[in-house]
Amino acid sequence: MQQDWILGLIGGGLIGMAGALFLLVNGRVMGASGIIGGLVDGSGRSDWQERAALIAGLFIVPAIAAAAIGGSETNLTGNWVVIIAAGLLVGIGTRLANGCTSGHGVCGISRLSLRGIVATAFYIGAGGLTMVLFKHVLGVI
Amino acid sequence: MRVVVSFLTGSLFGLGLLISGMTDTTKVQGWLDVFGDWDPTLAFVMGGAIIPMAIAWRFTIGRKPVLAAAFPTPPEPRIGRNLVIGSTLFGAGWGLAGLCPGPAIASLSYGGAGGLVFVIAMLTGMVLTPGLRVRFDRALPAT
Repeated sequence: MQQDWILGLIGGGLIGMAGALFLLVNGRVMGASGIIGGLVDGSGRSDWQERAALIAGLFIVPAIAAAAIGGSETNLTGNWVVIIAAGLLVGIGTRLANGCTSGHGVCGISRLSLRGIVATAFYIGAGGLTMVLFKHVLGVI
Repeated sequence: MRVVVSFLTGSLFGLGLLISGMTDTTKVQGWLDVFGDWDPTLAFVMGGAIIPMAIAWRFTIGRKPVLAAAFPTPPEPRIGRNLVIGSTLFGAGWGLAGLCPGPAIASLSYGGAGGLVFVIAMLTGMVLTPGLRVRFDRALPAT
């Protein structure tokens, strides 16, 4: 749809402003996998309230906003094997690489971090190859 | 106060993810699927997010955060094995389901049972990673 890119730009701007707020006020990098991972593996125990508060906002506000517009749709696959394999890969991969789309992508690229740029190149490349293999060759997704 | 700012950060982040369409897995997979019906939305989201963030990084030069002692120092510019392998594994999972950590949490309320199972699997992977990393480093010492 034609308006998708406009909404993408506006939503992206909000994501960037969220990252800017977190950086300029709290002095922290807004990386979703690091904030969540530090909470579940115990490495972020010292600032757990801040992590929990960020995750609470990340969950509650889209919940309210989606309900207000009559619901939203993730269109997630119904294949449980794919869902579980993907979740494990995302969890392990982002923690091993110390970052995901928000940390390496948004926050890393914007400071011209070599690590962020390389990580982004690899996860986009791997995502693209996964689409070729599992959608076009094997027809699983 | 830092807790309030953290909540506001998560709120803006989540709202941005919903508005941009990034909690819709077909938009993410559509962007990764260059040989299918390619969807450019994700590039606009990334661009829209990187611009304010780049300005914020410029602003940190010679200043201090409002509620912290110092800004985060840049990590060593070392491209380690874990960065490359981890990002590759992450990308494979991202392609398979079309979800990454932020949108997975943001869409929990409307993502159904599948979204919940994805988050449980992701958290399990995150809990397992420190142990896996130790074994991995022992088997293949980093150069």
